[in-house]
Amino acid sequence: MTKRKLANILFFLILVLGALIMVFPFFWMISTSVKTPSEAAQVPPMLWPKHPHWVNFVNAFHAAPFGRYLVNSLIVTVCTTAAQMFTSILAAFAFSKLKFWGKNLIFMIFLTTMMVPIEMLIIPNYVTLSETHLMNTYLALILPWAASFFTVFTLRQAFNAVPPQVYYAAKIDGASDWKYLWTVLVPICRSSIVAMTILEVISSWNDFMWPMIVTNDPNMRTLPVAVASFTNDVGTNYPYMMAAATFVIIPMIILYVILEKYIIQGITKGGLVG
Amino acid sequence: MINQKISWKQTLHALLYLAPMMILLSIFFLYPIISTFILSVFKKYNFYTNAGQGIGFDNFAYLWHDPMFHQAVKNTFIFVLGVVPASIIISLGIALLLNRFSKVRGFFQTLYFLPYVTSTVAIAMVWTWIYHSDYGVLNFILKLFHLPPVGWLTDPHYTMLTLIIFSIWKNLGLNIILFLVALNSVPKQYYLSASIDGATPWQQFTNITVPLISPTTFLLTINAMIASFKVFDQIYVFYHNTAGPNNSGMTIVYYLYQKFYVENNYTVASAAGTVLFVIILLATLLQNYVSKHYVHY
Repeated sequence: MTKRKLANILFFLILVLGALIMVFPFFWMISTSVKTPSEAAQVPPMLWPKHPHWVNFVNAFHAAPFGRYLVNSLIVTVCTTAAQMFTSILAAFAFSKLKFWGKNLIFMIFLTTMMVPIEMLIIPNYVTLSETHLMNTYLALILPWAASFFTVFTLRQAFNAVPPQVYYAAKIDGASDWKYLWTVLVPICRSSIVAMTILEVISSWNDFMWPMIVTNDPNMRTLPVAVASFTNDVGTNYPYMMAAATFVIIPMIILYVILEKYIIQGITKGGLVG
Repeated sequence: MINQKISWKQTLHALLYLAPMMILLSIFFLYPIISTFILSVFKKYNFYTNAGQGIGFDNFAYLWHDPMFHQAVKNTFIFVLGVVPASIIISLGIALLLNRFSKVRGFFQTLYFLPYVTSTVAIAMVWTWIYHSDYGVLNFILKLFHLPPVGWLTDPHYTMLTLIIFSIWKNLGLNIILFLVALNSVPKQYYLSASIDGATPWQQFTNITVPLISPTTFLLTINAMIASFKVFDQIYVFYHNTAGPNNSGMTIVYYLYQKFYVENNYTVASAAGTVLFVIILLATLLQNYVSKHYVHY
């Protein structure tokens, strides 16, 4: 065997080992979910139980109001994403295609919002929402993220790539700006828009700190908040805890596997904004 | 239409498009930035009336003398130093390997990226089980190699290592994807002509690959630093709503959370937020400076 072949086999083994490390926690989550508590605590650990208790998923789902949490998460994710895409498309269009006074100034002012750690803003936002009596409401979970300059910035770049001639042609044909935006520009840039939408769905679904802070009413918890406090409900029942973690993780994995192309595109476009 | 002077009407028209974004970001981003700075210099603050009294740097003096905040800053920097270089090197290595095996690249890329789309809280919960002192898989593996078990979640000496390992694992996929983009944007002719000139693979790597991907490497380093400065979710889960045994996992954001949400000390929490802001601002400025002066494009 040549040296090169040997090296290739070695490299491939490293890749496989790395992939196993990446995937193992997910496998372990599912495997533990379908064990009994005593099987889970067995030493040496059993890779997969002889009789998987799939019913654990059902039991864990009813051990806390996960139906309600799931609905909360869905409402918050869908509304946040829809609102953020709507406000960002409008703003990105104005920055990309319209002429107006103060354009650069406005752009620079809001650009600063991209550099600020969100963790720093939770205190004043908490105060604002308490004063307006919005604590423990969906609005408190949605409103602060209904606009994002990062999304505006990325979409503006996509819009800039569409030649201005397209805009002028539409104007000459008598289309209003509104009509041009939604019937010409948005369809042309749909892959960027889809990519940003999915990224926002993922980040909104997984968001933890803010939902935890504005929901002390258990009924308003989103899934990640519910899972973090689930230990208080089931103590050391690890199979139930792993089942609960699965509820949060599986929807995003399914979404990722189906829409991977767009997610990667969004990451590479957004990630290289510097 | 193309070279026309800008009119008031056009400006108003554009502002209609910008209004939703401007109003929301003003309320939830711009106002809070200013508000945090103001809160951080109030001596006293009443949450119910949203009014402050007395101006001074007492809160910053408090941070300066608070051993817990020292611990938080120290741990945050240990965390950044532990996560960022390792994460960059491992992800570059994996990206290079993935490029060698182009047939299976897509499949492996999917696997490596999985943790990144996953809720930190939920997967951290899974890792508490993996890290478990008695029944955890990690200690079982150590035992196979005849190594003593480690109190990953209970021994204060291991707290930072526990957090670092998890965080590298969680965010590796992002760096790998971005490195792959950078590697594939290097023109193939460079390698061809280098190998004709007799350059070894290692020489090609250090003289072509490394300089040409340096903008990406640099950007990823800064992004990873900024993200690492804000570590919170995994600490919350690993140590059940505490900052770890003997506060050994206290970080700046955890300190902010603790002061704000647990102790209701809004002014000190705001001061901690301001410190975080300054650190991240410095990282961003460094990014701009270095990318202008040192990165090879």
